[in-house]
Amino acid sequence: MANMILTKTPMPEQDPQVRARNFKEVTLGYTEEMAVNEANRCLGCKNPKCVEGCPVNVRIPEFIKKVQERDFKAAYEIITSTNALPALSGRVCPQETQCESKCVRGIKGEPVAIGRLERFVADWYRENINAMPEKVASNGIQVAVVGSGPAGLTCASDLAKKGYDVSIFEALHTAGGVLVYGIPEFRLPKAIVANEVTKLEAQGVKVMTNMVIGRVLTIDELFEMGFKAVFVGSGAGLPMFMNIPGEALKGVMSANEYLTRTNLMKAYNPDADTPVIHSKAVAVVGGGNVAMDAARCAMRLGAEHVYIVYRRGEAEMPARLEEQHHAKEEGIEFKTLCNPVEILGDENGRACGIKCIRMELGEPDASGRRRPIAIEGSEFVLDVDTVIMSLGTSPNPLIRSTTPGLDTNRKGCLIVDEKEMTTREGVFAGGDAVTGAATVILAMGAGKKGAAAIDEFLKK
Amino acid sequence: MYKIVRKKELNSSVTLMDIEAPFVARKAKAGQFIIFRIDEMGERVPLTIAGYDREKGTVTIIFQKVGFSTNALGALNEGDYIHDFVGPLGRPTDVENKKRVCVVGGGVGCAIALPAAKAFKEAGAIVDVIIGFRTKDIVILEDEFRACSDNLYLMTDDGSYGEKGFGTVKLQALLESGIQYDEVLAIGPVPMMKFVCKTTEPFGVHTMVSLNPIMIDGTGMCGGCRVSVGGETKFACVDGPEFDGHKVDFAELMSRNGTYVPREKEVAADHVCRIENMGKALIK
Repeated sequence: MANMILTKTPMPEQDPQVRARNFKEVTLGYTEEMAVNEANRCLGCKNPKCVEGCPVNVRIPEFIKKVQERDFKAAYEIITSTNALPALSGRVCPQETQCESKCVRGIKGEPVAIGRLERFVADWYRENINAMPEKVASNGIQVAVVGSGPAGLTCASDLAKKGYDVSIFEALHTAGGVLVYGIPEFRLPKAIVANEVTKLEAQGVKVMTNMVIGRVLTIDELFEMGFKAVFVGSGAGLPMFMNIPGEALKGVMSANEYLTRTNLMKAYNPDADTPVIHSKAVAVVGGGNVAMDAARCAMRLGAEHVYIVYRRGEAEMPARLEEQHHAKEEGIEFKTLCNPVEILGDENGRACGIKCIRMELGEPDASGRRRPIAIEGSEFVLDVDTVIMSLGTSPNPLIRSTTPGLDTNRKGCLIVDEKEMTTREGVFAGGDAVTGAATVILAMGAGKKGAAAIDEFLKK
Repeated sequence: MYKIVRKKELNSSVTLMDIEAPFVARKAKAGQFIIFRIDEMGERVPLTIAGYDREKGTVTIIFQKVGFSTNALGALNEGDYIHDFVGPLGRPTDVENKKRVCVVGGGVGCAIALPAAKAFKEAGAIVDVIIGFRTKDIVILEDEFRACSDNLYLMTDDGSYGEKGFGTVKLQALLESGIQYDEVLAIGPVPMMKFVCKTTEPFGVHTMVSLNPIMIDGTGMCGGCRVSVGGETKFACVDGPEFDGHKVDFAELMSRNGTYVPREKEVAADHVCRIENMGKALIK
């Protein structure tokens, strides 16, 4: 019988006071009872809008029906028929703007908690079965995938299922891209990412770490080595700075650096050799999900005050509401309508404050958001010893600068046609390398399309 | 995993290792660097490449045991493995179209000055080399430099070997004698590179320096290695590691290199170091 309660079944979380000082996962996931209860809120629409809202078209009502029937294994198989990485997307997808935004239950009340159910099914499978996928008989055709983030992993998985001989080339020492260097442990445990990589290897995918394509091998050399097609999923890893005075001071860094130290290099663990600044007071400049991640890491590393400094208002913040909410619960202080103008340093060249100017909102700009305008004479100083710039990232130029004929737009993003092919024959691309910084699920969607396009290209 | 196939102690604190890394060895060029990581919990440490053997598939690194990770690496032996070894990173030394160059190496920096000197020689330049050490006991690579240079000037601070004095003294003398260099390349401690730049500046000689700032990924992702060059922010890992020394903000570089030096040590690091002192006296 349908559960007609208007709100989602709550998901247990660590207490904010406790979790603000540890790196364990914030949300704890549904129990079987909670999952079945929430699944019963799904009306099983004949014409499911939720599926249209999903970049990888997960067969949502079908898997939820199996959860209702407590056949979690079948639910998992339905999800993974279109989504290779449900434990990840169930955690980090912005469902509120995708599948859940289309759910009819959302018209009156909250939509079905599709993301939480997807996560439950993926976790249940990993904890109870975790069968490694079968290796499909090889067709002997080699395909190279550059980058092991969400786009690369998805593309590699889909190609392996079709029998291609896939090699992933990863620049860092661990596979996972932004899933391991960027998204913190407390939002996405790294053991889950590692399990997905192990599953890929079971499918016969070769994962080569420490391979910086553009330096150790060029795209052209990959073709010379016998690869018949290349998928570039190298992400958008180049951090931006504000170009204000004081950015070279000690204690000023990009969110990429702070998160990489903390996540990939495990600097939060005293046994790790990589140092990270254990700050007293931190200003994170920016209002996106990455800014929230950096701020929440700073709190967990022991800071007494952590500020989000953002030049627009809270309503304009690009970060997911859930992330903003979690950050506030953990004690992060939001300084909205504030724009940094200078970082102040002490006699040792260390940052000791950030001078900001207050802003007000004017007419909407090209992005449709109201343009922030500085209020003259409203400067003030926040006393901080660390400033983390989280202003967005752009694609790394290493591949485009070493591959003749690979065209990019003004922002350095690779140009692709409707078949995901770049301006070089046989070179496909997807994810942040094409779109600029976006979400994990859009990258996964692009990886899927890329794999289908490569298959079509190679069958010609 | 990457095997250590040869280990040789060059002096009491400087070690040479050949690491089996065929992909890196195939592509490595003078001026580029690698990043190593000893084990699962290790940090990523950049080292400029000291040499390579494309046929054997090995890359030579020469390092001074100064910090935690270089000491840990130095404690390993032939036949041991290190977890990660990635490269070649950064841009190679630009050796083309130079008639005569002077390569100035200081201390362990000589290890990476050597492949640059060789590369200049192979590209057809007349190569003068000045290598400077504190004292006789720590002189390294003398024979190797002799083999790839037209003129080798070996300097020691205390005069215990070669000529007495800093490399900059010899450089100044060579410049004053009227030799026209298309380029001077300085590789060594930051203060030494700074004084080489001050020495060449009045002569208007193009001077490159090889920087080794703090970095993590080495691919342009973290921005930790940013340096100010001619008022612009550059990432040493992808835009460098070699830059026009007359444009580098050395004071900022030295300060940033102390980011992870604990507070109490930072005060010590801020002392005017020996090289700085002697250099200042000389420049006057």
